[in-house]
Amino acid sequence: MLYNLIKILVEKVFGLSTATRLGESIHFFIYDSLKIILLLSLMIFAISYIRSFFPPEKTRQVLSRFSGSVAHLMASLLGIVTPFCSCSSVPLFIGFVEAGIPLGVTFSFLITSPIVNEVALVMLIGLFGLKIAVIYVTAGVLIGTFGGILIGKLGLEKYVEEYVFQIAVGQSEVQKMTWRDRAKFAKDNVKDIVKRVWIFVLIGIAIGAAIHGYAPENLLAQYAGKDNPLAVFVGVALGIPLYSNAIGTIPIIEALIEKGVAVGTALAFMMAITALSLPEIIILRKVIKPQLIGIFVSITGVSIIFVGYLFNFIL
Amino acid sequence: MEIRVLGSGCANCQKLEQNVFNAAAELGMDADIQKVEDMAEIMKFGVMSTPALVINGKVVVSGRVPNTEEIKQFLRNAE
Repeated sequence: MLYNLIKILVEKVFGLSTATRLGESIHFFIYDSLKIILLLSLMIFAISYIRSFFPPEKTRQVLSRFSGSVAHLMASLLGIVTPFCSCSSVPLFIGFVEAGIPLGVTFSFLITSPIVNEVALVMLIGLFGLKIAVIYVTAGVLIGTFGGILIGKLGLEKYVEEYVFQIAVGQSEVQKMTWRDRAKFAKDNVKDIVKRVWIFVLIGIAIGAAIHGYAPENLLAQYAGKDNPLAVFVGVALGIPLYSNAIGTIPIIEALIEKGVAVGTALAFMMAITALSLPEIIILRKVIKPQLIGIFVSITGVSIIFVGYLFNFIL
Repeated sequence: MEIRVLGSGCANCQKLEQNVFNAAAELGMDADIQKVEDMAEIMKFGVMSTPALVINGKVVVSGRVPNTEEIKQFLRNAE
């Protein structure tokens, strides 16, 4: 319905046929912008409401009750629902370690949490449909679970800064919330996130729209299609230093897939952007030594590459 | 009244500090407002998500930035 409405708008008001390149690009831009901003607002509200039930303090309590692989899986799953921004990485890390949660389990949380991010999820559902979104989430949880298990097995506690173990964490009560508080928390989150990301979304969609209208079909298929075995690797390497435009990247990725980039390659690129970022690494450096940061980046990077190939293979 | 804003210096923490100053000023309150940036000090309050607002030693908000109106309410309650 929205699609046709905008088609009418572009054709009647701007006087452009959607069969022309300019018309098609403008239609794509307006349609995607409206669709994504609407979806974002609705979904962030719903997800934030759910998240208000899982403050980090509670997640920590829940996690300290599990052990073994189950603990890693739980940490990964809770990584999705616990509200958490990278500026809280340090207190969260210290809080987990202090509660006796193993380092590997803490990393399961820290790996999955940024990969499966609510904004990315919304954009995936909106642009690629539920199937790819579910596959993406599953992959994010698996990478976190196994990455964390591996870090746990390697016994890397010596690479945590010593002072972390000396900090005494005080007790705090988790504030009780009424449904009214939760709704307010959710509403504030919508306002906050939309205000922060709308410009990236629009820029991303504009670039996507330009590719959509102007780049010839299958232009990229020969470079980044399924047949190029190096594409996933290069995508991940390019994605690691990029950050914060993750949200804006998705419309670009949509356009790239349309022009022949393999889905696995595109998703791996996106995961690398969200999971590993320079600002987060700099923040984590406060609590862990460079060796462990190196291992964390390598394990996560390799897992993402692996998942990228897997997607290319099964999709 | 003793007010502490806990945070490692990110944009949200600065915004919270500003809101606290505004709230105290609007209420004409004479409060001891300090920013706590040292991680060990922050953790003593048992807070795992920053920014957080502590009034008279009690954590009233953590992990989000309450607006000036809301902070005024907290201050009134604490009086």
